[in-house]
Amino acid sequence: MSFRKRAFGTPVATVLSIVIFGILAYWAWLAVDWAIFRAVWRADNVGDCTKEAGACWSVIDARHRLILFGLYPYEEHWRSTLACLSIILTVILSCFPVAWTAKRLTSLWVVGFAIYYLLMEGSLLGLTQVTTDGWGGLSLTLFLFASVVLLGMPMGLGLALMRRSEMPFVRMFAVVLIDFIRSLPLLTTLFTAAVVVPILLPSWLEGDKIWRVIIAFALFFACYQAEVFRGGFQAIPKGQFEAGKALGLSYWSIVGRLILPQVFRHALPSTINMVVVTFKETAIVIIIGFFDVLASAKAAFGTGEWAPHYLEVYIFVGGIYWLFIFSLGQYGEYLKGRMAISER
Amino acid sequence: MATTQELRARAKRRKLIVQGILCALTILAIWGAVRSAQVNLAALGITSGFGFLERGTGWDYSFSLVERSINDPYARTLLIGFLNTMFVGFICIFLSTLFGFIIGTGRDSSHPAIKSASTVFVQIFRNIPLILQAVFLYSLLIHFPGPRQAMNLGDAVFLSNRGLMLPGLNVSAGVAVAMLLAVLATGLLILIRRTPLLRGVLQWSMASGVIVLGTALLMRPEGEALVSLPALQGLRFQGGITVPVELVAMITSITLYGSAYIAEVVRGGLNQVPRGLIEAGQALGLTPGAIWTRIKMPMSLRSIVPPLGNQWIFIMKATTIGIAIGFSDLFYIVSNSITQSGQTLELIFLLMAAFLLVNFSIALFVNWLNARLQLKAH
Repeated sequence: MSFRKRAFGTPVATVLSIVIFGILAYWAWLAVDWAIFRAVWRADNVGDCTKEAGACWSVIDARHRLILFGLYPYEEHWRSTLACLSIILTVILSCFPVAWTAKRLTSLWVVGFAIYYLLMEGSLLGLTQVTTDGWGGLSLTLFLFASVVLLGMPMGLGLALMRRSEMPFVRMFAVVLIDFIRSLPLLTTLFTAAVVVPILLPSWLEGDKIWRVIIAFALFFACYQAEVFRGGFQAIPKGQFEAGKALGLSYWSIVGRLILPQVFRHALPSTINMVVVTFKETAIVIIIGFFDVLASAKAAFGTGEWAPHYLEVYIFVGGIYWLFIFSLGQYGEYLKGRMAISER
Repeated sequence: MATTQELRARAKRRKLIVQGILCALTILAIWGAVRSAQVNLAALGITSGFGFLERGTGWDYSFSLVERSINDPYARTLLIGFLNTMFVGFICIFLSTLFGFIIGTGRDSSHPAIKSASTVFVQIFRNIPLILQAVFLYSLLIHFPGPRQAMNLGDAVFLSNRGLMLPGLNVSAGVAVAMLLAVLATGLLILIRRTPLLRGVLQWSMASGVIVLGTALLMRPEGEALVSLPALQGLRFQGGITVPVELVAMITSITLYGSAYIAEVVRGGLNQVPRGLIEAGQALGLTPGAIWTRIKMPMSLRSIVPPLGNQWIFIMKATTIGIAIGFSDLFYIVSNSITQSGQTLELIFLLMAAFLLVNFSIALFVNWLNARLQLKAH
């Protein structure tokens, strides 16, 4: 059926179309009018931000450095900028099919992460050293995200293999761990890592709070990713494993050369989904006291002058999240469709 | 060359060794954790055990469904936190499922306007972190005008920076709980009696209406109105039900986020219904409504229920964001208790136990529902 027939085919359909499209268009107009036509853009004319004016984007103009980089030393911001670009580039590059071999993906992420860390930390490149306490804003969010994915992916694969093991104790270990972590809210897991684990570890093993939280977050990611991989394993006929055995291949050759390449392929769309969810969930670390992009957004309007413009700041940060998550999500959908076609 | 038997024996030995090592490592880790906990707690001067549950807390928090005071013992305070989590969790599960089915059906609709409206909804609320949505909404609500300039909907519903004022039935809290339990029991009875889904929902709504109206008529105080309306008296509202700002922000944000996710689950299920079946329905002259109730829903429910269960568990876990906007859910209470009493291990154990209990119960219920929906072999 054509668009016209579906939208205006019957009287009821026509009324629905007019009402719904009318409301949507009206809201869109209100939003555009507020955010663009009546908005105040530059920090120098803050005085124009009256009640009658639209969005006061001056707050972003004045505070975007705080939102993006937190309390990182001002004159070193070029480093945070490059470091963030390195992570974003890593994510974009891994979307290209050329990168889809285990070796290439791993090296891409390790290199991207290493560049980030070297730039941000600085001492190894002969720059001023900035410890993780000084990191913040969007760059901290990206750091958490990249390290969780990088650490969690091999852990997830390990757990998935353990879950399929023939050894009962190994299997049981994986099942209990996965089900346990998956039943708990992420916040509980991270809170445990931040507050409870120091009690359970001798002081020489305690380490930094940020690394404890990253490891716990990676474990959480791994438990969900293990289930994604499990779905991939289930898509592969048992006969292939037996064929490998009959040829006298060792367990690791069968898994590494025969099974895993296919598992990765099957699991790719769900893996992208998992990565997107992880990026979204990093926002929760504000609760256990990290200065992530949400925390720096709160700080950006926290002081008197900008206090009335909390709305603009939240919309700005929400927009950053939305852009990243929406585009990766759409890419995942596209990939799912493409793979469904190639399998027919 | 080793014989087959030798190879088999070797493989068996290797497996035993691997498991032995893993087992030993697990035990070592647990033992090490217990040892350092003893050392660290002794250094902090904390006596472990659940004795602290009977001590009074001495601090206040934002929300409770039942009477509370700052002298309540920890046990009662924790129980109130658990009740709050359950309360918000189940309200959000109910609302998200309802809206999720409506919007998911809209996503599947052939009408372009309905389809685009539902797509816009899903793409906005699914792609922004829940906690950001919650703090955004909360800031928006606390910047609302005060009760005197409250937003007024037909003199019955008011929204101000003090929260949402709703008209309420004129019954005591105890009667309200009894009423709710009766409604839930009816629902369970209908589920167990294997009534077809839609007829079941219809019966349940009707039975609930009768129960609520009946008790309200019988139990209202002598000579007062059936419904109590909120009304401005001086600087604040009297009568009706007051939903505090934190609770409004919690329920709204979790419901929006949850229904966007459930809408996608429903859409996925509806997509899996074979085209031929729908075309057969059209050929028979069924209306779109009948095709939805008689063909699409029954067919897709089987693939909807398992991921729907995961979403329910997710929503239950999502209530922990309460701490970001000052709503006293279980996590908030536990976190506060840890700072105040120092009984970290015991409290985190209780928190985990509560979530495991609730989430496993939901999982069991979903499994049962799933088994009930499977096609019987003839």
